[in-house]
Amino acid sequence: MTFLRFTAGVAFAALAITPLAITPLAKDAVAHGFAGQRFFPATLLTDDPFVADEMSFPTFTRPPTSADRSQEFDFDVDIAKRITPNFGITIGQGWTHLQPTGLPAATGLSGLHTGAQYQLFIDGPHEALGLVGLNVSWAHTGRVAALGSPDVTTLSPTFNFGKGFGDLSPSLAYLRPFAVTGNLGFDFPTKTESAGTPNPNNFNYGFALEYSLPYLQCCVKDIGLRAPFNQLIPLVEIAFTSPIDRAQGIQTVGTIQPGIIWSGTYFQIGAEAILPVNKASGRGFGGVVQFHVYLDDLFPRSFGKPISEW
Amino acid sequence: MRKIIAAVLAAEMALIVAGPAARAHAFLDHANPPVGSALQAAPAAITLWFTQDLEPAFSKVTVTNQAGQRVDLGNVQVPQGAPAQLQVGLRPLPPGTYRVSWRVVSVDTHPSEGSFQFSIG
Repeated sequence: MTFLRFTAGVAFAALAITPLAITPLAKDAVAHGFAGQRFFPATLLTDDPFVADEMSFPTFTRPPTSADRSQEFDFDVDIAKRITPNFGITIGQGWTHLQPTGLPAATGLSGLHTGAQYQLFIDGPHEALGLVGLNVSWAHTGRVAALGSPDVTTLSPTFNFGKGFGDLSPSLAYLRPFAVTGNLGFDFPTKTESAGTPNPNNFNYGFALEYSLPYLQCCVKDIGLRAPFNQLIPLVEIAFTSPIDRAQGIQTVGTIQPGIIWSGTYFQIGAEAILPVNKASGRGFGGVVQFHVYLDDLFPRSFGKPISEW
Repeated sequence: MRKIIAAVLAAEMALIVAGPAARAHAFLDHANPPVGSALQAAPAAITLWFTQDLEPAFSKVTVTNQAGQRVDLGNVQVPQGAPAQLQVGLRPLPPGTYRVSWRVVSVDTHPSEGSFQFSIG
């Protein structure tokens, strides 16, 4: 436990000082996820490693049946807005329909979450991106008693990264369309317990492995794919949350989500299956579908550009 | 709630469908010679087709051999009547592998870039 706390502390300190060390590298910021010739789509489970002017509206999620056998259906809205080319904010809200076992169904808001993000670097030749952020889940912004929405505000510092494999040697040409994005972060609830139940600090980690058919077509080998198939990006996302203190029987939970994203000119559509990694994460399988709009392409001269070029 | 969701989705689709044409990042749609192709004979020019119209003044393409030397004629142009195309002439090319590198700006000022190889012989 002590080691975990130490690791968390070191990682948090690294997150705090990293912007000071490598800020000058983040000078070629462009809207949504580009690093050189690599386009990173917005992923459905893991946070993106770039600031952007984008909107997920809506995200429909049918999680796996929970460990207590209740069933849930979620509708979420998220908006990301660049304030400067390298600094952006996010805001999101959800609506949940919950059907507990043997009890009446409940519906309502599931809680407000916001974020502030800074683009640390974009390395075009190496197709690499890095971002630090602070996400906040706000207490009492959803139905606490009926839906289990948070009654505690949680601060979640995060480091998000992306790396394309386009710089592999020509002998590995068909591996070059692969890319990975990922997150490392922590949850720090501002109260240690809620109604007698502990609120542990958590370590969050996840990644998305994607194979970009657009990249294959444009930059490796034209295999004759045409629209809409040349705009498909198959991917697998994996994310875990592990308590690092006050666990008291709370297990690591996570999901594995294979799926596909179709990326067009102004929007993308993504769909993934949701597979729990253990019984604590749920039973059976679920699914998620997302409609995601590129505001910077739709409104390039107004809402889709940074408020300030500073 | 369902009515609100349906209305928002309809509004989004209307915005996208009725939105201004040719206002986004320009991606390479296809090329001649094709990306990653192996040719028997040397081409006289490279033609790139993009998904959006280009700003000619800020759109460039170069072709280099394995030694990194330019083998294009430098006469890059966006042909009249084809605002989403980019062309450049080539010197007579011996067998070998060549890299095409492009950097373009779409008409709404979004920059994008990329490169690919083709071979002869």
